Amino acid sequence: MNIPAKKIYRGLLLIGCFLASSVSANVAPAEPAAAAAASTAPAVVMVEETEARKSTSTADHSKFEELKKNFKNGPEVTKACLTCHTEAAQQVHSTKHWTWEFLNPATKQKLGKKNIINNFCTSVTSNQTFCSACHVGYGWSDDKFDFTSENNVDCVVCHDTTGKYKKLPGLSGHPNYEVMEWPPHSGKFREPTDLKTIAQKVGKTSRATCGACHFYGGGGDAVKHGDLDSSLKEPQKYLDVHMDAKGLDFSCGKCHLSDSHEVSGSRYAPTAVDDNGALMRGDKGDRNPTTCVACHGKAPHPPGTAAVEKLNSHTDKIACQTCHIPAYARGNKATKMTWDWSTAGKLDEEGHRIQKRGSDGNVIYDSKKGDFTFERYVIPEYVWFNGEVKFTLFGDKVDTNNVVKINEFQGSAGDPDSRIWPVKTFRGKQPYDVGNETLGVFHTAGGDDSAFWGNYDWDKAMAWGMKAMGVEYSGEMVFVETEMSWPITHMVAPKEDALKCDQCHRENGRLQNIGGVYMPGTNNTPMLDWLGYAAALMALIGVLIHGGIRYYMSKRG
Amino acid sequence: MKRIYIFKRFERFWHWSQAALIITMLVTGFEVHGSYDLLGFKTAVTTHTTAAWSLVWLWVFAIFWHFTTGEWKQYIPTTDKVAAMFRYYLTGIFTDAPHPFKQTRLSKHNPLQKLAYLFVLAVINPLIWITGWFYLFYNDWAAWGVDFLNLEYVAFFHVVAAFMMLIFVIAHIYLGTAGHTPTAHIKAMITGWEETED
Repeated sequence: MNIPAKKIYRGLLLIGCFLASSVSANVAPAEPAAAAAASTAPAVVMVEETEARKSTSTADHSKFEELKKNFKNGPEVTKACLTCHTEAAQQVHSTKHWTWEFLNPATKQKLGKKNIINNFCTSVTSNQTFCSACHVGYGWSDDKFDFTSENNVDCVVCHDTTGKYKKLPGLSGHPNYEVMEWPPHSGKFREPTDLKTIAQKVGKTSRATCGACHFYGGGGDAVKHGDLDSSLKEPQKYLDVHMDAKGLDFSCGKCHLSDSHEVSGSRYAPTAVDDNGALMRGDKGDRNPTTCVACHGKAPHPPGTAAVEKLNSHTDKIACQTCHIPAYARGNKATKMTWDWSTAGKLDEEGHRIQKRGSDGNVIYDSKKGDFTFERYVIPEYVWFNGEVKFTLFGDKVDTNNVVKINEFQGSAGDPDSRIWPVKTFRGKQPYDVGNETLGVFHTAGGDDSAFWGNYDWDKAMAWGMKAMGVEYSGEMVFVETEMSWPITHMVAPKEDALKCDQCHRENGRLQNIGGVYMPGTNNTPMLDWLGYAAALMALIGVLIHGGIRYYMSKRG
Repeated sequence: MKRIYIFKRFERFWHWSQAALIITMLVTGFEVHGSYDLLGFKTAVTTHTTAAWSLVWLWVFAIFWHFTTGEWKQYIPTTDKVAAMFRYYLTGIFTDAPHPFKQTRLSKHNPLQKLAYLFVLAVINPLIWITGWFYLFYNDWAAWGVDFLNLEYVAFFHVVAAFMMLIFVIAHIYLGTAGHTPTAHIKAMITGWEETED
């Protein structure tokens, strides 16, 4: 028999679980062991689902001699990969997954994780050992990392299919090769990473592999983006109509079409407007394939009634996402909305770190980080957006009396290349170096005596961080209010859950602050209305009086 | 009392279907404008749009009818007896004084009526149709080369015209009761037959 016995057990268990006993009786004689195994059934369904999504690859990596060895570390695995995939590392080298750099062609700003300062953990510089847990490489611990090393490319982090590969913060992009307590001081221990099994089971990227980093941006599940969290690993249809695990079951790569390891789609230079219609195979040019329009075309709502035509005509002002993602963080996981660094460093009476949790279980204060707020099912904010994002970078002058915009979405109502987009705007307070007149870079994590997470000394942390940026810390810092926004573009709801007309076309509707565009139904001519209704009322009173006199006279007459 | 056949079948059909469409458009139009919440915005918009297109068709037929029958001449204004009509509405009507205007098949409308309908035809309707047309085809402004227009103003004048229409409708309905009996005109508009004094 060719079919592995294990698979038959699973199949039979499924039947045993869901079908009438007569059915399993019919099947049982063929494989008597199944009946005995049936009692341990519950988890099987999930296993079976994963199996169903099995690779369609023409190569079974477990048969490759190069992978039949006990790898000591990640780079050894990569070396083995490269024996066949000879060009892969060089391809990765040119991507921003590797360089963490991005030159915005329009603004010429040098962006990328390496360069920007955000208002979460703020800056990678001086904190690489931790941040590089999400780098597609091994060993990036400081500014001396060799970006030309092929063996330091981490193939497995994106191509793992076992879910067992984990790069831990503090290990400079490596998984643990020895037994390690994780999370720290938890009393729980992780076994050494089984690189051999993982290497033999590599496959295509999946929601789980991309999500291993992108769901956890900002330091935890759902924290940063709001429209990306671990609920998208196996989402139901209500959460995302494309990724619906039991339906279309899109992987990230289905939209983020990739070529030579270059993954399409960008938050640094997003495509706010795509007026080109559906992207056909063979189309030349450098269009972004990761837009809604690239598949759905320019008139996505099937034509017919006047109401549907009206929806299609809205696309000249409104991004698809605005109506089709009515809220983010819809996977029941809370996303972080604010982060106030200025309160970080408070300790209890014994000088120990404090952690407070809110009623929903989320950490709302941590000595290491300050105060947070979280929200679920968040209604986005809306902005006019033409695809250009301007960042406030290290060294850029800012007005500390106002909220500093870490990034600013460009666009306006009058601009034909702008659309109304939903965004998550994240607000916080973070260090600012008064003397150097720049957003601060500080050293958060590391075993040394300057890391804020351990010593709670801002001046030391700042001195180290600024030095790593090549600047002498002025010795004076304040906390400035900052704002940073992300376009909301995942968690696309089924059409039944899309925004209804009157969620915007009403007084105090969703787009009340958008400005620059007249929106019917928003009751925005109060003066005219007052005059108009007064005139109509006077006409009515006039005819009633006239009629009253006629009636009275006719009765009297 | 004499009975004369004033309103022909098409005319009556035109009147009542136009009345229904205009009332529908007033109700849905003010909802689209944001004055109240009745049918829901989407239904209000689609109903308003459908009614508008229906009225366009009705008007195509009505215009054809008016020109082929020569009935358009009924709307030619006159100053004759306008003052008498005013006096009648201000005093005579209360004392059962004789109506200054004699209705005939060739002259269906009294002089004030003629002026009122001319105002509707020459002022309210153009304003409402031109602004409404641009409103309806808002997304084609760029293609038409009229994107210098501003929807805010277009909508503003559309609403101004709508208020004028509302006031016209109030006055028109009331004056419909000003026949020799309160229902005489209304009956005539239904049956076509008007009762007049000899």
